Amino acid sequence: MIITVASGKGGTGKTTVAVNLALSLSNESPMYLDCDVEEPNAFLFLNPTIEERREVGQLIPEIDTRLCTYCGRCAEVCAYNALAVVGKKVLVFPELCHGCGSCTLNCPTGAISERLDVLGVIEKGRAGPVQFGQGILNVGEAMAVPVIRQLKKWAIPEVRDGKIIILDASPGASCPVVESMRDADFVLLVTEPTPFGLHDLRVAVQVARDELGKVIGVIINRTGVGDDGVESYCAVEDIPVLMRIPLDRRIAEAYSNGIPLVEALPEYRTQFRTLCARIDELSVQRTFPVQEEVS
Amino acid sequence: MKQLVVLSGKGGTGKTITAAALAHLASREMSVVLVDADVDAANLGLVLNPTEIERHEFRSGQVAIIDDAACISCNRCVEVCRFDAIAVNGRYQVSALDCEGCASCFYQCPAEAITMQESLSGEWYRSDTRFGPLFHAHLFAGQENSGKLVTLVKQQGRLLGLDERRDVVIIDGPPGIGCPVISACSGADFALLVVEPTVSGIHDLERVLATTNHFGIGSLVVINKYDINLQRTAEIVAYCHAQGVEVVGRIPYDDVVTEAMVHGQPVTAFSAGPVSHALLDVWSRTKQYLLEKENGCDGADTT
Repeated sequence: MIITVASGKGGTGKTTVAVNLALSLSNESPMYLDCDVEEPNAFLFLNPTIEERREVGQLIPEIDTRLCTYCGRCAEVCAYNALAVVGKKVLVFPELCHGCGSCTLNCPTGAISERLDVLGVIEKGRAGPVQFGQGILNVGEAMAVPVIRQLKKWAIPEVRDGKIIILDASPGASCPVVESMRDADFVLLVTEPTPFGLHDLRVAVQVARDELGKVIGVIINRTGVGDDGVESYCAVEDIPVLMRIPLDRRIAEAYSNGIPLVEALPEYRTQFRTLCARIDELSVQRTFPVQEEVS
Repeated sequence: MKQLVVLSGKGGTGKTITAAALAHLASREMSVVLVDADVDAANLGLVLNPTEIERHEFRSGQVAIIDDAACISCNRCVEVCRFDAIAVNGRYQVSALDCEGCASCFYQCPAEAITMQESLSGEWYRSDTRFGPLFHAHLFAGQENSGKLVTLVKQQGRLLGLDERRDVVIIDGPPGIGCPVISACSGADFALLVVEPTVSGIHDLERVLATTNHFGIGSLVVINKYDINLQRTAEIVAYCHAQGVEVVGRIPYDDVVTEAMVHGQPVTAFSAGPVSHALLDVWSRTKQYLLEKENGCDGADTT
């Protein structure tokens, strides 16, 4: 089962929820993938030992000037303006390229080959019973999606045998978030009870439930401040609120020092185990809807 | 005219709260333009009570459409698509969310069964607020090209600012360091980085600072909720000192920040407590950089 933890708004507690969920399920040796490749943070709480690392990126065109006739076809078919033919020169702009390979396929003289343009690294390792993986986008690079896509391809096994895989997504609601949600069996949305939290939760619900058709549930973090907008929204939209974490200075302090919640306050372990059982129930209900009894 | 972008790396550290407070404080002594460059999750409007003046469609990128009647089920589109965007369930179908609009399938289809359709990916708005005009946008759920939409709202804000000879553009940036952040900081005179004294806050500050350095943009740092962990705050101060980056303020933790948000107000307009005092300090020190840089070489904007 793949559970993606996402939020819309940043800083609502995605990593806290995802890390503590993983740590509470240590008997099941879950897998944890940090898909927030722009700002990966989970390693600060899980302290994994990295065992394997590889560079990732995307394929960008390379022009063989002996074969190129400067016909301009590559520039014409490129949807991203990543190629330009100026006189007897072909310019390639790697930061605009999406690595689709259309130029290679369209080149009439076979003058285009492709080489890897490195965007970042992906890493695999262990944090005790937790199998750990993360992607790290290089500073100055714009494209997070290829790093996330390759991390998932590399780390997630084909045959999963009921293994629990937790994906920690980046904030927002655009392409990197979609990439982190697309294989999920369940999307857990973490929010806070404030107008900002509600506004961005709506956007996240639109992506996860309405666009991608995922089963979703909400966790409200830092309850006790703000207003009841998120609670009423979830009630009206019939979205289950699976957990409420109160605003608690002890939690904030433990977090600030990189100490996981379930280590600082072990009573949360049971709550996260219950959360996982609820997620399992909800996603199974969706896969195998309850049949009407035939008497 | 100067452009100030508020960034953080890590999400939820208080970018928007800070940007809104600066908008309020700056507007009392100079003319400002406001831009919300977090088009995924645009929150600045929630505390500025904007009145919409203009609304525009944002069309960007394309999506492939397969005509069932013409499709000969040769599977060529699936072979060439590097984004796994084409599914075969009895018929060949493009998943609009996964399609990157590269048109590779369009060119390769031997039956000419594929067309490319421009997609409506969002909207952008010009609004009025009591602190100045606000340019903001909404990228539709799951869409691509957020960087382009960020560039567009920023450009609109800048053009209006130049036309009306405004003093400063305050840009509320997105979290992260990737495509929308790069778009948000391009052309900025300097960046105000909002950080929390936590292990992840510090880690993300290092990455966002490396990003602003990479693009040659000067940075200032604000420590939000500094009293949650004084030791980490001291670490940030030392780190910034070593990097030659000025810490222009320390904002204490206070529930009044959330209260102000619930009331739809910048915290500085809502309360006169310690948070507002700290933000006043941030503004007065940031302003000096605005003025200082104003005297530097800036041919295009001198009057």
